[in-house]
Amino acid sequence: MDEIRLIEVKEEIHADNKVVAEKLRDRMAAEKTFLLNLMSSPGAGKTTLILKTIETIKDDLRMGVIEADIDSIVDAEKVAAAGIEAIQLRTGGFCHLDASMVEKGLNGLDLSVLDMVIIENVGNLVCPAEFDTGAIKNVMILSVPEGDDKPLKYPLMFSVCDVLLVNKIDYLEASDFNMTALNERVLALNPDIKIFQTSSKTGQGIEDWAAWLREATTTFIR
Amino acid sequence: MHELPVTESILDIVLKNAKKNDVKKIVTIYLNVGELSDLEEEWMQKYFQYLSKGTLAETAQLSFIVDKNDLGKIQCPKCNEEKCTLKSGKEYYIKNMEVI
Ligand SMILES: Nc1nc2c(ncn2[C@@H]2O[C@H](COP(=O)(O)OP(=O)(O)OP(=O)(O)O)[C@@H](O)[C@H]2O)c(=O)[nH]1
Ligand SMILES: [Mg+2]
Repeated sequence: MDEIRLIEVKEEIHADNKVVAEKLRDRMAAEKTFLLNLMSSPGAGKTTLILKTIETIKDDLRMGVIEADIDSIVDAEKVAAAGIEAIQLRTGGFCHLDASMVEKGLNGLDLSVLDMVIIENVGNLVCPAEFDTGAIKNVMILSVPEGDDKPLKYPLMFSVCDVLLVNKIDYLEASDFNMTALNERVLALNPDIKIFQTSSKTGQGIEDWAAWLREATTTFIR
Repeated sequence: MHELPVTESILDIVLKNAKKNDVKKIVTIYLNVGELSDLEEEWMQKYFQYLSKGTLAETAQLSFIVDKNDLGKIQCPKCNEEKCTLKSGKEYYIKNMEVI
Protein backbone atom coordinates (compact mmCIF):
# COMPACT_ATOMS: atom_id res chain seq x y z
CA MET A 1 0.00 0.00 0.00
CA ASP A 2 1.44 3.34 -1.03
CA GLU A 3 1.76 5.90 1.69
CA ILE A 4 -0.01 9.20 1.51
CA ARG A 5 2.29 12.21 1.77
CA LEU A 6 1.56 15.88 2.06
CA ILE A 7 2.92 18.36 -0.45
CA GLU A 8 2.97 22.07 0.33
CA VAL A 9 1.60 24.05 -2.60
CA LYS A 10 0.96 27.55 -1.19
CA GLU A 11 -0.18 29.10 -4.45
CA GLU A 12 -2.81 31.72 -4.87
CA ILE A 13 -5.46 31.05 -7.45
CA HIS A 14 -5.66 33.84 -10.01
CA ALA A 15 -1.99 34.43 -9.27
CA ASP A 16 -1.33 33.92 -12.98
CA ASN A 17 -3.79 36.62 -13.87
CA LYS A 18 -2.21 39.06 -11.43
CA VAL A 19 1.20 38.45 -13.00
CA VAL A 20 -0.13 39.07 -16.51
CA ALA A 21 -1.97 42.18 -15.29
CA GLU A 22 1.17 43.64 -13.68
CA LYS A 23 3.15 43.01 -16.85
CA LEU A 24 0.46 44.70 -18.86
CA ARG A 25 0.62 47.78 -16.63
CA ASP A 26 4.40 47.94 -17.12
CA ARG A 27 3.91 47.66 -20.86
CA MET A 28 1.33 50.47 -20.89
CA ALA A 29 3.72 52.67 -18.92
CA ALA A 30 6.50 51.96 -21.40
CA GLU A 31 4.18 52.62 -24.36
CA LYS A 32 2.78 55.70 -22.64
CA THR A 33 -0.78 54.56 -23.23
CA PHE A 34 -3.40 54.90 -20.50
CA LEU A 35 -5.68 51.89 -20.03
CA LEU A 36 -9.17 52.25 -18.56
CA ASN A 37 -11.49 49.40 -17.60
CA LEU A 38 -15.18 50.36 -17.83
CA MET A 39 -17.65 48.07 -16.07
CA SER A 40 -21.41 48.02 -15.43
CA SER A 41 -24.45 45.81 -15.64
CA PRO A 42 -25.86 45.17 -19.14
CA GLY A 43 -27.45 48.26 -20.64
CA ALA A 44 -26.31 50.78 -18.00
CA GLY A 45 -24.88 52.82 -20.86
CA LYS A 46 -21.22 51.86 -21.39
CA THR A 47 -21.17 52.03 -25.19
CA THR A 48 -23.21 55.23 -25.33
CA LEU A 49 -20.95 56.87 -22.75
CA ILE A 50 -17.82 55.78 -24.62
CA LEU A 51 -19.23 57.40 -27.76
CA LYS A 52 -19.99 60.62 -25.85
CA THR A 53 -16.50 60.58 -24.33
CA ILE A 54 -14.93 60.10 -27.76
CA GLU A 55 -16.88 63.08 -29.05
CA THR A 56 -15.61 65.21 -26.19
CA ILE A 57 -11.91 64.32 -26.18
CA LYS A 58 -10.90 62.76 -29.47
CA ASP A 59 -9.42 66.04 -30.69
CA ASP A 60 -7.10 66.19 -27.65
CA LEU A 61 -6.12 62.57 -27.13
CA ARG A 62 -5.71 59.62 -29.48
CA MET A 63 -8.09 56.89 -28.37
CA GLY A 64 -8.71 53.22 -29.02
CA VAL A 65 -11.44 50.95 -27.68
CA ILE A 66 -11.60 47.26 -26.80
CA GLU A 67 -15.15 45.95 -26.74
CA ALA A 68 -15.89 42.71 -24.92
CA ASP A 69 -19.14 40.86 -25.33
CA ILE A 70 -20.16 37.29 -24.92
CA ASP A 71 -21.16 37.41 -28.57
CA SER A 72 -21.87 39.92 -31.38
CA ILE A 73 -19.83 42.83 -32.74
CA VAL A 74 -22.44 45.62 -32.64
CA ASP A 75 -20.65 47.70 -29.99
CA ALA A 76 -17.33 47.71 -31.87
CA GLU A 77 -19.14 48.70 -35.05
CA LYS A 78 -20.71 51.69 -33.28
CA VAL A 79 -17.32 52.85 -31.99
CA ALA A 80 -15.64 52.32 -35.36
CA ALA A 81 -18.39 54.39 -36.96
CA ALA A 82 -17.31 57.26 -34.68
CA GLY A 83 -13.90 57.16 -36.34
CA ILE A 84 -12.07 55.41 -33.51
CA GLU A 85 -10.11 52.21 -33.81
CA ALA A 86 -12.01 49.40 -32.07
CA ILE A 87 -11.30 45.76 -31.41
CA GLN A 88 -14.12 43.39 -30.54
CA LEU A 89 -13.32 40.51 -28.21
CA ARG A 90 -15.87 37.76 -28.07
CA THR A 91 -15.60 36.09 -24.71
CA GLY A 92 -17.59 33.07 -25.84
CA GLY A 93 -19.63 32.59 -22.71
CA PHE A 94 -17.11 34.00 -20.25
CA CYS A 95 -18.73 36.45 -17.86
CA HIS A 96 -15.68 38.71 -17.51
CA LEU A 97 -12.39 39.76 -19.09
CA ASP A 98 -9.04 38.79 -17.64
CA ALA A 99 -5.64 40.30 -18.29
CA SER A 100 -4.60 37.83 -20.98
CA MET A 101 -7.79 38.50 -22.95
CA VAL A 102 -7.10 42.24 -22.72
CA GLU A 103 -3.53 41.60 -23.85
CA LYS A 104 -4.87 39.89 -26.97
CA GLY A 105 -7.08 42.89 -27.67
CA LEU A 106 -4.17 45.30 -27.18
CA ASN A 107 -2.06 43.30 -29.62
CA GLY A 108 -4.60 44.21 -32.27
CA LEU A 109 -4.07 47.94 -31.71
CA ASP A 110 -1.06 50.08 -32.59
CA LEU A 111 -0.29 51.42 -29.11
CA SER A 112 2.52 53.65 -30.33
CA VAL A 113 -0.06 56.02 -31.85
CA LEU A 114 -2.56 55.86 -28.95
CA ASP A 115 -2.70 57.91 -25.72
CA MET A 116 -5.56 55.94 -24.25
CA VAL A 117 -7.42 52.66 -24.61
CA ILE A 118 -10.84 52.16 -23.05
CA ILE A 119 -11.96 48.59 -22.35
CA GLU A 120 -15.70 48.03 -22.32
CA ASN A 121 -15.94 44.98 -20.07
CA VAL A 122 -18.71 42.38 -20.28
CA GLY A 123 -22.01 43.72 -18.89
CA ASN A 124 -22.01 42.22 -15.38
CA LEU A 125 -21.69 43.68 -11.86
CA VAL A 126 -20.21 40.57 -10.28
CA CYS A 127 -17.41 38.73 -12.07
CA PRO A 128 -15.49 41.57 -13.75
CA ALA A 129 -14.84 43.04 -10.30
CA GLU A 130 -12.79 39.99 -9.35
CA PHE A 131 -10.42 39.93 -12.30
CA ASP A 132 -7.59 42.43 -12.70
CA THR A 133 -7.53 43.40 -16.38
CA GLY A 134 -4.21 45.23 -16.18
CA ALA A 135 -6.00 48.57 -16.44
CA ILE A 136 -4.50 51.67 -14.82
CA LYS A 137 -7.92 52.83 -13.55
CA ASN A 138 -11.26 51.08 -13.03
CA VAL A 139 -14.49 52.92 -13.68
CA MET A 140 -18.04 51.69 -13.22
CA ILE A 141 -21.42 52.95 -14.32
CA LEU A 142 -24.56 52.62 -12.24
CA SER A 143 -27.63 53.84 -14.09
CA VAL A 144 -30.53 55.44 -12.23
CA PRO A 145 -33.12 52.80 -13.30
CA GLU A 146 -31.04 50.09 -11.58
CA GLY A 147 -31.75 51.59 -8.16
CA ASP A 148 -29.76 53.10 -5.28
CA ASP A 149 -29.45 49.76 -3.41
CA LYS A 150 -26.86 48.25 -5.74
CA PRO A 151 -23.82 48.98 -3.50
CA LEU A 152 -25.48 46.79 -0.88
CA LYS A 153 -25.90 43.91 -3.31
CA TYR A 154 -22.68 44.16 -5.31
CA PRO A 155 -20.19 45.65 -2.83
CA LEU A 156 -17.05 44.34 -4.49
CA MET A 157 -17.64 46.21 -7.74
CA PHE A 158 -18.04 49.49 -5.85
CA SER A 159 -14.94 48.69 -3.78
CA VAL A 160 -12.54 48.11 -6.68
CA CYS A 161 -13.42 51.17 -8.77
CA ASP A 162 -11.66 54.53 -8.83
CA VAL A 163 -14.64 56.30 -10.35
CA LEU A 164 -18.41 55.79 -10.25
CA LEU A 165 -20.54 57.35 -12.97
CA VAL A 166 -24.17 57.60 -11.89
CA ASN A 167 -25.64 57.60 -15.37
CA LYS A 168 -29.05 58.24 -16.94
CA ILE A 169 -29.72 61.04 -14.47
CA ASP A 170 -32.30 62.30 -16.96
CA TYR A 171 -34.49 59.58 -15.38
CA LEU A 172 -34.09 60.97 -11.83
CA GLU A 173 -37.26 62.96 -11.80
CA ALA A 174 -39.44 60.02 -12.73
CA SER A 175 -37.84 57.71 -10.14
CA ASP A 176 -37.48 57.20 -6.39
CA PHE A 177 -33.69 56.97 -6.70
CA ASN A 178 -32.10 58.51 -3.60
CA MET A 179 -28.76 60.08 -4.57
CA THR A 180 -27.81 60.91 -0.97
CA ALA A 181 -28.40 57.34 0.17
CA LEU A 182 -26.43 56.06 -2.81
CA ASN A 183 -23.46 58.30 -2.10
CA GLU A 184 -23.42 57.25 1.56
CA ARG A 185 -23.52 53.56 0.68
CA VAL A 186 -20.78 53.88 -1.90
CA LEU A 187 -18.47 55.99 0.26
CA ALA A 188 -18.86 53.58 3.18
CA LEU A 189 -17.43 50.85 0.93
CA ASN A 190 -14.87 53.00 -0.82
CA PRO A 191 -14.06 56.43 0.66
CA ASP A 192 -11.60 57.26 -2.13
CA ILE A 193 -13.99 56.76 -5.03
CA LYS A 194 -14.79 59.75 -7.23
CA ILE A 195 -18.48 60.07 -8.11
CA PHE A 196 -19.85 61.88 -11.18
CA GLN A 197 -23.46 62.22 -12.26
CA THR A 198 -23.93 61.88 -16.01
CA SER A 199 -26.49 61.61 -18.76
CA SER A 200 -25.41 60.59 -22.22
CA LYS A 201 -28.81 61.73 -23.39
CA THR A 202 -28.67 65.36 -22.23
CA GLY A 203 -24.88 65.58 -22.04
CA GLN A 204 -25.09 66.63 -18.38
CA GLY A 205 -21.92 65.86 -16.40
CA ILE A 206 -20.02 64.53 -19.41
CA GLU A 207 -17.61 67.49 -19.38
CA ASP A 208 -16.66 66.87 -15.73
CA TRP A 209 -16.09 63.19 -16.34
CA ALA A 210 -14.09 63.92 -19.50
CA ALA A 211 -11.96 66.39 -17.55
CA TRP A 212 -11.12 63.69 -14.99
CA LEU A 213 -10.23 61.26 -17.77
CA ARG A 214 -8.10 63.80 -19.59
CA GLU A 215 -6.23 64.61 -16.38
CA ALA A 216 -5.72 60.93 -15.44
CA THR A 217 -4.45 60.16 -18.94
CA THR A 218 -2.06 63.09 -19.26
CA THR A 219 -0.67 62.42 -15.77
CA PHE A 220 0.02 58.82 -16.74
CA ILE A 221 1.56 59.40 -20.16
CA ARG A 222 3.53 62.50 -19.28
CA MET B 1 -20.34 32.63 -10.23
CA HIS B 2 -17.16 31.73 -12.09
CA GLU B 3 -16.54 28.36 -10.50
CA LEU B 4 -15.44 26.88 -13.83
CA PRO B 5 -12.41 29.09 -14.56
CA VAL B 6 -11.34 28.97 -10.90
CA THR B 7 -11.59 25.18 -10.92
CA GLU B 8 -9.49 25.10 -14.10
CA SER B 9 -6.81 27.15 -12.34
CA ILE B 10 -6.85 24.79 -9.37
CA LEU B 11 -6.37 21.78 -11.63
CA ASP B 12 -3.48 23.47 -13.49
CA ILE B 13 -1.71 24.35 -10.26
CA VAL B 14 -2.07 20.93 -8.61
CA LEU B 15 -0.98 19.06 -11.74
CA LYS B 16 2.07 21.30 -12.05
CA ASN B 17 2.98 20.60 -8.42
CA ALA B 18 2.30 16.88 -8.82
CA LYS B 19 4.73 16.70 -11.73
CA LYS B 20 7.44 18.48 -9.74
CA ASN B 21 7.02 16.04 -6.86
CA ASP B 22 6.79 12.78 -8.78
CA VAL B 23 3.24 12.04 -7.68
CA LYS B 24 1.19 9.01 -8.79
CA LYS B 25 -2.16 10.17 -7.60
CA ILE B 26 -3.67 13.20 -5.92
CA VAL B 27 -5.99 12.28 -3.04
CA THR B 28 -7.08 15.52 -1.34
CA ILE B 29 -6.54 19.18 -2.16
CA TYR B 30 -6.76 21.65 0.73
CA LEU B 31 -7.96 25.11 -0.22
CA ASN B 32 -7.95 28.22 1.96
CA VAL B 33 -10.93 30.34 1.14
CA GLY B 34 -11.62 33.94 2.12
CA GLU B 35 -14.78 34.30 4.14
CA LEU B 36 -16.42 36.51 1.54
CA SER B 37 -15.89 34.18 -1.38
CA ASP B 38 -19.15 33.32 -3.08
CA LEU B 39 -17.88 30.26 -4.92
CA GLU B 40 -20.15 27.24 -4.54
CA GLU B 41 -18.14 24.33 -3.14
CA GLU B 42 -20.52 21.69 -4.43
CA TRP B 43 -20.29 22.98 -7.99
CA MET B 44 -16.54 23.26 -7.78
CA GLN B 45 -16.27 19.60 -6.82
CA LYS B 46 -18.51 18.67 -9.75
CA TYR B 47 -16.54 20.78 -12.21
CA PHE B 48 -13.32 19.39 -10.80
CA GLN B 49 -14.43 15.81 -11.36
CA TYR B 50 -15.36 16.69 -14.91
CA LEU B 51 -12.20 18.62 -15.77
CA SER B 52 -9.77 16.22 -14.13
CA LYS B 53 -10.89 13.07 -15.99
CA GLY B 54 -7.87 11.15 -17.23
CA THR B 55 -5.40 13.08 -15.02
CA LEU B 56 -3.60 12.24 -11.75
CA ALA B 57 -6.23 14.29 -9.95
CA GLU B 58 -9.18 12.35 -11.30
CA THR B 59 -10.56 11.12 -7.97
CA ALA B 60 -9.25 13.92 -5.78
CA GLN B 61 -11.45 15.56 -3.16
CA LEU B 62 -11.46 19.30 -2.67
CA SER B 63 -11.39 20.32 0.96
CA PHE B 64 -12.31 23.91 1.81
CA ILE B 65 -10.94 25.70 4.85
CA VAL B 66 -12.69 29.01 5.45
CA ASP B 67 -10.29 31.72 6.55
CA LYS B 68 -11.81 33.81 9.31
CA ASN B 69 -8.73 35.89 10.01
CA ASP B 70 -9.45 38.42 7.30
CA LEU B 71 -11.47 41.53 7.70
CA GLY B 72 -14.42 39.20 7.69
CA LYS B 73 -17.47 41.31 7.26
CA ILE B 74 -18.36 43.53 4.34
CA GLN B 75 -17.93 46.45 6.67
CA CYS B 76 -14.62 46.47 8.45
CA PRO B 77 -15.31 45.25 12.01
CA LYS B 78 -12.47 47.27 13.51
CA CYS B 79 -13.81 50.70 12.79
CA ASN B 80 -17.59 50.44 12.86
CA GLU B 81 -18.47 54.00 12.05
CA GLU B 82 -15.28 55.02 10.36
CA LYS B 83 -14.78 54.86 6.64
CA CYS B 84 -12.47 52.21 5.36
CA THR B 85 -11.71 50.16 2.28
CA LEU B 86 -12.12 46.41 2.20
CA LYS B 87 -8.87 44.82 1.14
CA SER B 88 -9.33 41.08 1.54
CA GLY B 89 -11.81 38.35 2.18
CA LYS B 90 -12.39 37.02 -1.33
CA GLU B 91 -9.09 35.24 -1.86
CA TYR B 92 -8.51 31.64 -2.78
CA TYR B 93 -5.33 29.81 -1.96
CA ILE B 94 -4.19 26.22 -2.47
CA LYS B 95 -2.54 25.30 0.81
CA ASN B 96 -1.32 21.76 0.29
CA MET B 97 -2.39 18.37 -0.99
CA GLU B 98 -2.32 14.73 0.02
CA VAL B 99 -0.78 12.56 -2.65
CA ILE B 100 0.44 9.03 -3.25
N1 LIG C 1 -32.22 58.14 -21.10
C1 LIG C 1 -30.98 57.70 -21.21
N2 LIG C 1 -30.72 56.59 -21.92
C2 LIG C 1 -29.43 56.16 -22.02
C3 LIG C 1 -28.35 56.85 -21.39
N3 LIG C 1 -27.22 56.18 -21.66
C4 LIG C 1 -27.55 55.12 -22.41
N4 LIG C 1 -28.89 55.10 -22.64
C5 LIG C 1 -29.65 54.09 -23.40
O1 LIG C 1 -29.56 52.86 -22.72
C6 LIG C 1 -29.52 51.77 -23.64
C7 LIG C 1 -28.31 50.89 -23.39
O2 LIG C 1 -27.14 51.65 -23.61
P1 LIG C 1 -25.75 50.98 -24.04
O3 LIG C 1 -24.78 52.11 -24.15
O4 LIG C 1 -25.91 50.08 -25.19
O5 LIG C 1 -25.45 50.13 -22.74
P2 LIG C 1 -24.22 49.12 -22.48
O6 LIG C 1 -23.88 49.25 -21.05
O7 LIG C 1 -23.14 49.37 -23.47
O8 LIG C 1 -24.91 47.72 -22.75
P3 LIG C 1 -24.19 46.28 -22.96
O9 LIG C 1 -22.98 46.50 -23.82
O10 LIG C 1 -25.23 45.47 -23.63
O11 LIG C 1 -23.85 45.77 -21.59
C8 LIG C 1 -29.53 52.39 -25.03
O12 LIG C 1 -30.84 52.38 -25.51
C9 LIG C 1 -29.05 53.82 -24.78
O13 LIG C 1 -29.55 54.73 -25.72
C10 LIG C 1 -28.67 58.04 -20.65
O14 LIG C 1 -27.82 58.71 -20.05
N5 LIG C 1 -30.00 58.40 -20.57
MG1 LIG D 1 -22.22 48.03 -24.82
